[in-house]
Amino acid sequence: MKTTVPAIRFDNLTLGYDRHPAVHHITGEVARGELLAIVGPNGAGKSTLLKAIVGELKPLSGTLKLDGLTRRDIAYLPQVTDIDRSFPISLFDCVSMGLWRTIGAWRGLDARGREDVIHALDTVGLVELADRPMGTLSGGQFQRVLFARLLLQDAAVILLDEPFRAVDTKTVADLIHLIERWHREGRTVLAALHDIEQVRTHFPRTLLLAREVVAWGDTANVLTPANLARSRQITEAFDAHAHVCDRDEARETA
Amino acid sequence: MIDTLVQPFVEFAFMRRALVGSLAISLTAPPIGVFLVLRRMSLMGDAIGHAILPGAAIGYLLAGLSLFAMSLGGFAAGLAVALAAGLVARSTVLREDASLAGFYLVSLALGVLLVSMRGNSVDLLHVLFGTVLALDDGALLLIASIATVSLATLAVIYRPLVLECFDTQFLRSVSPLSSPTHLLFLVLVVLNLVAGFQALGTLMAVGIMLLPAVSARFWAEDVGGMICVAVASAFVSSVTGLLVSYYANVPTGPAVILACGAFYLLSMLVGVRGGLLWRLMPRKHLEA
Repeated sequence: MKTTVPAIRFDNLTLGYDRHPAVHHITGEVARGELLAIVGPNGAGKSTLLKAIVGELKPLSGTLKLDGLTRRDIAYLPQVTDIDRSFPISLFDCVSMGLWRTIGAWRGLDARGREDVIHALDTVGLVELADRPMGTLSGGQFQRVLFARLLLQDAAVILLDEPFRAVDTKTVADLIHLIERWHREGRTVLAALHDIEQVRTHFPRTLLLAREVVAWGDTANVLTPANLARSRQITEAFDAHAHVCDRDEARETA
Repeated sequence: MIDTLVQPFVEFAFMRRALVGSLAISLTAPPIGVFLVLRRMSLMGDAIGHAILPGAAIGYLLAGLSLFAMSLGGFAAGLAVALAAGLVARSTVLREDASLAGFYLVSLALGVLLVSMRGNSVDLLHVLFGTVLALDDGALLLIASIATVSLATLAVIYRPLVLECFDTQFLRSVSPLSSPTHLLFLVLVVLNLVAGFQALGTLMAVGIMLLPAVSARFWAEDVGGMICVAVASAFVSSVTGLLVSYYANVPTGPAVILACGAFYLLSMLVGVRGGLLWRLMPRKHLEA
């Protein structure tokens, strides 16, 4: 039994699109301040789970409780952003949007806010480019900018969906330092990842998904060869004529 | 020289009215166009512009050439099509641009049909191409009021609107303002097209909204800069169009839009942000 306060609690949670579950029957909780990796093959339901936590997706059944947290306490870095990268906006302006909780729609950015933005840009190593338009950035630099914005959001819960795609090794190392800093600061961080070695080295706890929970707990106990093999076996196939799922009986859809 | 530029406005009241009307439109339609372009909704402006026609026609059929009835009808029809297209896009497989295309073709056809049922072709021309040289007090007041309301509203929703264009997902995650902002913006688009249609007609009201905005992208690298360039070019184009139409005795609405178009071509060629000539000119690359 955990002694810490849970931040997020799932109870027999099933998520999906059009009645077809992407991931089903998740039960468990994420403790406050936990650094949790969510691992699994493509189509395992990692992104779906994160989307449900931010409220972009309603559960098909079961419940998801955010203990005392509101939507505004959660910062979310989606896997596919619909950000228009040709939009004429400078790095500085883009990152300063992270201060929305303090400046809102109408207040101006004071000297301290400016300092915070510069500091965030400095943390991700892009301070010299502050006045450049976003369109001139490379893919990895762009991802760093999004991290800088997350920094300013100062959120209690941070959800990262495949945050390191298209990012070079040096940048990944920098970004992982950031994540570890968030962990030390007592924030709850959930990250969907697929680099198993990375997870073993940096993430104390892991949730292994394959359209259902395969294993959940301390990383060393979860990422065993047996569990990983099992997660790969579970079908990814979308069955248009799937039966109604009844978990109490043996699954017959395979 | 100065005389040539000023004399028509000094001499004729209708030219002064036309000037005031088109400058008021030039003050607010281009900034809205900038946001339409940045949201990749340029065609949305076009579609709503066409949708205004049947509304104005119904107003005309019910109340004759009444400014109020036609504006109200146009506003209602434009807003209805904008909202319906958004709704269809959200709840069916169609993308917003496809559903808009569907709606506006239907409404344009309906509008032409309605106008020709009772009116004659002169009325149709009036609605389609506007009468900037015959703006009465009521029309001027309407245009000026819409300009005032639009500028104030834009100022209030500026930051959420920029964020809504740039990163909707993020705005939705930090604030509940996303949908209200989008809705208010649509209202502004429709309002400005209604204002423009008094002067320039439904077909060309979209021109003064979009042409300066697309030109501005060749000159500025931030939203504020684009808005300034767009408004300035709309001002110049309005005056140029009025003068050309006065001296060459050609219709005013098309002259204004063609002036905007000329500036667009010029920007495309020599604009400092990605103009064609700069690309063709081989220049040595910099060190960093």
